[in-house]
Amino acid sequence: MSSRAAVVDTQGIEKVYSMGDMKVHALRGVSLRIEAGEFLAVMGASGSGKSTFMNLVGCLDRPTAGAFLLNGKDVSRFSRDQLAGVRGREIGFVFQGFNLLPRTSALENVELPMLYQGVSAKERKKRASEALARVGLGDRVDHTPAQLSGGQQQRVAIARALVNRPVLLLADEPTGNLDSQTSIEVMAIFQELNDQGLTILLVTHESDIAEHARRVVVFKDGVVLSDRPVQKRRIARIQLAAEATG
Amino acid sequence: MNIFAALRTALRALRKNKLRSFLAALGIVIAVAAVIATVAIGEGAKAKVADQMASLGSNLLMILPGSVMQHGAATGAGATQNLTRDDAAAIEKELGGPVAAVAPINRTGAQIIYGDANWFTQVVGTTPGYLAVRGWPLADGEAFGREEDAAAAKVCLIGQTVKDKLFGDSPAVGEQIRVRHVPCKVVGVLSAKGQSSWGQDQDDVVLMPWTTLVRRIIGSQSDAVGQLMVSARSPQSVSEAQREITSLLKQRHHQSEQSEPDFQVRNLAEMQNAAQEQTKTIALLLGSVALISLIVGAIGIANVMLVSVTERTREIGIRMAVGARGRDVMFQFLTEAVVLAAVGGAIGLFLGTGVAKYMAIQAQWPTLLSPPVMIGTMILAGLAGIIAGFYPALRASRLDPIDALRFE
Repeated sequence: MSSRAAVVDTQGIEKVYSMGDMKVHALRGVSLRIEAGEFLAVMGASGSGKSTFMNLVGCLDRPTAGAFLLNGKDVSRFSRDQLAGVRGREIGFVFQGFNLLPRTSALENVELPMLYQGVSAKERKKRASEALARVGLGDRVDHTPAQLSGGQQQRVAIARALVNRPVLLLADEPTGNLDSQTSIEVMAIFQELNDQGLTILLVTHESDIAEHARRVVVFKDGVVLSDRPVQKRRIARIQLAAEATG
Repeated sequence: MNIFAALRTALRALRKNKLRSFLAALGIVIAVAAVIATVAIGEGAKAKVADQMASLGSNLLMILPGSVMQHGAATGAGATQNLTRDDAAAIEKELGGPVAAVAPINRTGAQIIYGDANWFTQVVGTTPGYLAVRGWPLADGEAFGREEDAAAAKVCLIGQTVKDKLFGDSPAVGEQIRVRHVPCKVVGVLSAKGQSSWGQDQDDVVLMPWTTLVRRIIGSQSDAVGQLMVSARSPQSVSEAQREITSLLKQRHHQSEQSEPDFQVRNLAEMQNAAQEQTKTIALLLGSVALISLIVGAIGIANVMLVSVTERTREIGIRMAVGARGRDVMFQFLTEAVVLAAVGGAIGLFLGTGVAKYMAIQAQWPTLLSPPVMIGTMILAGLAGIIAGFYPALRASRLDPIDALRFE
């Protein structure tokens, strides 16, 4: 039953922020399904509601109205602590600003999500090392964020997002702080993970980055403006190979 | 998040700001050090007082002649000589239950001479019971017995000071000294007892049988006794002894049970209790000062923790995004505050112990380190950490993850 449910299923979710007397409608009824194994890019100008959507799907916030089913479970009325549990177990975050703990080794940064799931120290270390090896940083486990390049930091963040084996990877402008070459490298990792079956929701304002996904949803004024599959999908691995030769 | 992970996280966070952490803990350091040192000095003083009390004799009762009415006018205490050797003998004979030993005492000052040396000292006339009452062993020789007292034998025991003045390093036992021209054989030397609680040299004394002193030195035919010293069998029997003695002496002095006695029975245990009450008051005072300094220390920690929570808002956001619940964040910051307080407490413990030891060596103050107080103070320091960390930790745990992540 739950294996057949969509990973993300929003049913007319709305979000209203009250700023004094003013009410701001950030989302005005969004219904969207993301099936397991999808790679979805969300686009839109600032103020379009894409960040609010991302926060709701990431269980960082609750909708004002509507229902949100994550992996078949309605989490829209969950308590703060329940949401924290869902974030820790089922969602992996990758942010624009990497959001690693400063002066803390890559390994310990990756261990962080497991700390809140009662994973033993030995198991934490093992799984964190594996996750870092998976993103190609097996030899950098003791480096602190300051000793790593932007691309490497983002890979540590991806390892951290993967370490609790989430059902959904949420990436919020993951290439916003990276140069174009490094951006493609990061997208290559995402595509590889998606090929292995991981469901990914990517928020970006760059259309060439969005074209690495399989499906693009455009937000405007709190509603979905368009929702279509990517026609000419970019494959990061091929771009990197082309650059290396040419 | 388990306690070990929390401790590691806390230690790392505190190490990142070493100077700030140290300054934050300094209040607790000073508070704990002050408590440990002052209590050690206070306990030392208390032990010294107790020691001095014990050197007077254990479970001691002193019976002094009291006031009597003469033609409607009361005389002052001690103006009469209504205690007698017979009273002493009666107490010894009839109150064998609560009473362990009885010693009648008369004193006089006298010049004593040995060879070229002479010295003015206090001569105490008493019975063999005196040494038992005072808990005073001999360093050399033997004590005089009842026969010597009955015969007014010309024998004496001398204190350490007297021995030093007259004999120096040469042996005194068996030598003849003259006490106010009465030749007396030294049969024993008392062990050193040191100063009394009021600073008198207790070793500057000559003891001899009561009869010898009164009949031969003073030259009196009276049976009146200056005072009686009685030691009860145990601390518990002191009050019983006091009651029974009062009753017995009233009977012997032909007084009714209800009347004011013409003697006084002073209980030294009561004096000791009073002294202990005093030290309790001082301890209470010290305790409140310590509590105030702990509060000041806790405020310092609370202040630094508040700054820390604001500074690390983003870190809190990251932790919440990867699954930290409110209580995980709360636990983390509480642990940090407690670690801060505990480290401060440990340094303070070390420092306070050092100060107490230094006082003992340099200033010759008696100090006594009390483990229960040390443990109690450490617990209080930890408690101060919890109280200080509570509000900052609560604030951290209530942050909105989205706002916290956006915080620059």
